[in-house]
Amino acid sequence: MSGIAEIWVYLSASPLLWLTATILAYLLALAISAKLGGTPLANSVLIAGILIIALLQVTQTSYARYFEGAQFVHFLLGPATVALAIPLYKNLEKVRRSLLPIGGALIAGSLTAMGSAVAIAMAFGAPVEVVASIAPKSTSAPIAMELARNLGGIPSFAAVLVILTGILGAVIVTPLMNALGIKDYAARGFAVGVASHGIGTARAFQVSEVAGAFSGIAMALNGALTSILVLVWVLLSQA
Amino acid sequence: MTSKSDEGNTKPRITPATLLAGFAILIACQLVGETLVSAGRLLAPSFVFPGPVAGMLLLLAFLGWRRHLPVGLDAMATGLIGILSLLFVPSAVGIVQYGGLVLEWGPPLLLALVVSTLLTLLVTVGTYLALARFSNGEKP
Repeated sequence: MSGIAEIWVYLSASPLLWLTATILAYLLALAISAKLGGTPLANSVLIAGILIIALLQVTQTSYARYFEGAQFVHFLLGPATVALAIPLYKNLEKVRRSLLPIGGALIAGSLTAMGSAVAIAMAFGAPVEVVASIAPKSTSAPIAMELARNLGGIPSFAAVLVILTGILGAVIVTPLMNALGIKDYAARGFAVGVASHGIGTARAFQVSEVAGAFSGIAMALNGALTSILVLVWVLLSQA
Repeated sequence: MTSKSDEGNTKPRITPATLLAGFAILIACQLVGETLVSAGRLLAPSFVFPGPVAGMLLLLAFLGWRRHLPVGLDAMATGLIGILSLLFVPSAVGIVQYGGLVLEWGPPLLLALVVSTLLTLLVTVGTYLALARFSNGEKP
């Protein structure tokens, strides 16, 4: 019995264990999703996340210990984000022809994302730090954490809201657009990029390359616009 | 759109070296992006922008200027984008640290997120389609 405990002590201290677990949980999530006919409800980030969280709870493993292994997967997010330039380049002519809808939808979507979340949170009487944390929820996590800090929110809490928003958008977008009969994949992709940043973009690529490309540019532009809007807001409220 | 490599009808082959070069281009762009962003922060400390996204825009500008996409870069990018969802799993698991905060504000917070996400999708796609129709209609 002490032998098994020793092996566990060795394994749980090695980053290899949780790196392997992350990749296996993701593969399992893909298999479950395929088994369910690829329904968007069976989102692979959602399922893999739940599997790992359950495993961490059962084995009494801290997130810090988990991340020592998972950081190798997490690190690739940087180069993968840079890689979004390639599908954009392949669809560059389409992007050039769509500058008006891109600009208009960006401004309308960005304001709706922030305004509606803040309005609903305030309607429920949420304290100012919760309202400030939810405002940048549609941008990617590093932006949202910084913006939440500038607005008087809680950065780590903002990161959680960002992840939840990403998964929600990725789950909702396909059934919603299909129900509305929208077949313009540039428009669909752009919408999920504004609403749900990188997780929405990952979902868009599962549906079509055009949707993914437009989701990538939407994510980049919405991050920039939200930063500018918050900056202006902070400057105005100081004045 | 034809690049010089199309001459002689020989397709450039994907080799370990071209794949590695593709990966090098991606991380080099990220590095330049991160450097530019941290330099920019000296000028405007409150403006935040992620280095990788800056790297993406730099690479797009470069590809648009050169009008040539190296095969290794294409293959590496396609591979990474193919597993994009996997790369978000470690961050998603991070929710576990803040379960208490989410539970405290549970239902109203979740409602705010669902309604806001739904509204954002509808407003964005609606505006996009309306303006696309408008700009198409203007053409002769």
